[in-house]
Amino acid sequence: MNKTLCALLLLLPALALADESAVKLRQGSNQDVVARNCAVCHSLDYIQMNSRFLDRKGWEATVTKMVKVMGAPIKEEDVPLILDYLDQQYGKPK
Amino acid sequence: MGINRRDFLRVGSGGLLLAGGGLLVPAWAKGAKLLQPAALPDGTRESALLEALPGKVPLIKRSYRPPNYETPPEYFREVFTPNKAFFVRYHLANIPEVEARSWQLRIGGEVESPLVLTLDELRRFETVELAAVCQCSGNRRGLFQPHVPGVEWSYGAMGNARWRGVRLRDLLNKAGVKKGALELVLDGADGPVLDKTPDFVKSLPLWKGLDENTLIAFEMNGEPLPHWNGFPARLIVPGWTATYWVKHLSSINVVSAPFDGFWMKSAYRVPVGKFPVVERFLSQETAANTPITEMVVNSLITSVRDGERLSLGKPLELAGIAWDAGYGIRQVEVSTDGGMSWRNAELGTDHGRFSFRPWHYRFQPRHKGRYTLLAKATNRIGQTQTFELIANPAGYHHNLVHQVAVDVV
Repeated sequence: MNKTLCALLLLLPALALADESAVKLRQGSNQDVVARNCAVCHSLDYIQMNSRFLDRKGWEATVTKMVKVMGAPIKEEDVPLILDYLDQQYGKPK
Repeated sequence: MGINRRDFLRVGSGGLLLAGGGLLVPAWAKGAKLLQPAALPDGTRESALLEALPGKVPLIKRSYRPPNYETPPEYFREVFTPNKAFFVRYHLANIPEVEARSWQLRIGGEVESPLVLTLDELRRFETVELAAVCQCSGNRRGLFQPHVPGVEWSYGAMGNARWRGVRLRDLLNKAGVKKGALELVLDGADGPVLDKTPDFVKSLPLWKGLDENTLIAFEMNGEPLPHWNGFPARLIVPGWTATYWVKHLSSINVVSAPFDGFWMKSAYRVPVGKFPVVERFLSQETAANTPITEMVVNSLITSVRDGERLSLGKPLELAGIAWDAGYGIRQVEVSTDGGMSWRNAELGTDHGRFSFRPWHYRFQPRHKGRYTLLAKATNRIGQTQTFELIANPAGYHHNLVHQVAVDVV
């Protein structure tokens, strides 16, 4: 990052570059499985944005759509791990 | 070629330099705290930020990739939405930077003589300009109760612009549409990351493509289309939701059977008979559901924000915008007492039946306390807004009467 840009960032703290590395998912088991699979096609803020109102069945419908309709190459054994994480960290409060 | 991280940063820093010059960032956005409706999902509010895409002012970031950025409500105080503040919506993340020089539009399929047009050749057709609202089908999806999954938009997945371009009808007439043609299949240069993902391809009834107001636009508010809004040319379907306004338009294929792509057969559909629409896409309709077509009548209060404190003794300027599918706004009624009584607002300049229509109403609060302000638009064929949400699986057509509470102190 050059000096001018740094100075501007200091001047304008409300502005940030559009950079998805700023997205920080909640820490939990299988977080890596989720990141590895979902971030192939989209930024992980899609998960944050759609929380917390889907129950496990709701998340399952979404993941199934990604696999069956959108062609996401998710291994079958990864699906339950992804659902565990989404339900625990971003699922509808029980 | 997609925009990679490095390009993104490079162009991004250019945007910031402009911002530093004070050209792009309005006063309210500098260090502004992002105020968002409490009705949005918690996670939506927490993950939203004001962020500037290259060439844009800071918009409300809903997702980085594909980019989905919403126009902050303050910009709707103007009838025309500035290009730099116009919302951005993509389904798929492979978004090439199309060069004007190499861009071509192909018109083929059921036509007598297929066409391949460059931008210069396109511009030789008669040019027209019209004002029209471009609104995402899912605008306000985030306000649905119960919430439905998707991009959780608040009020700003829409904008109004002067679109300049050529009539699609003229191009189709030049190509010579064959008898028996039914739909136009529209594709843009953007596409999926994976080959297996269905490309974003839409279809339009032939009769709508032949409508004199359906354009292929290359200018927006007197400037070339911004990259993020479809440079160098996009389809303009005034009155219909933005799902048909294909960006970076690259091909139009005339077909004689209903197009069966995912984005027509499964996505962007609403239950049959639930919404008051006149224009239907019958060749795509089933017994259960039908493609979304016309926008429903709607309005937005823009002059005051929810929770704002106003001082007693000053007149309260209630103002906003109203729009519909192009029948024209006949009336906007406002209430300052939570809906118990209603008065007519005064309609402002008419920029054409597809445009936002400004309205305003001034009143003098008599006492301190909370005022619940509402606005409700009615169009020239008697369609009006709802007080109860019409539930549908994908969260489309949200036109609940907008309500804002202010405290007079």
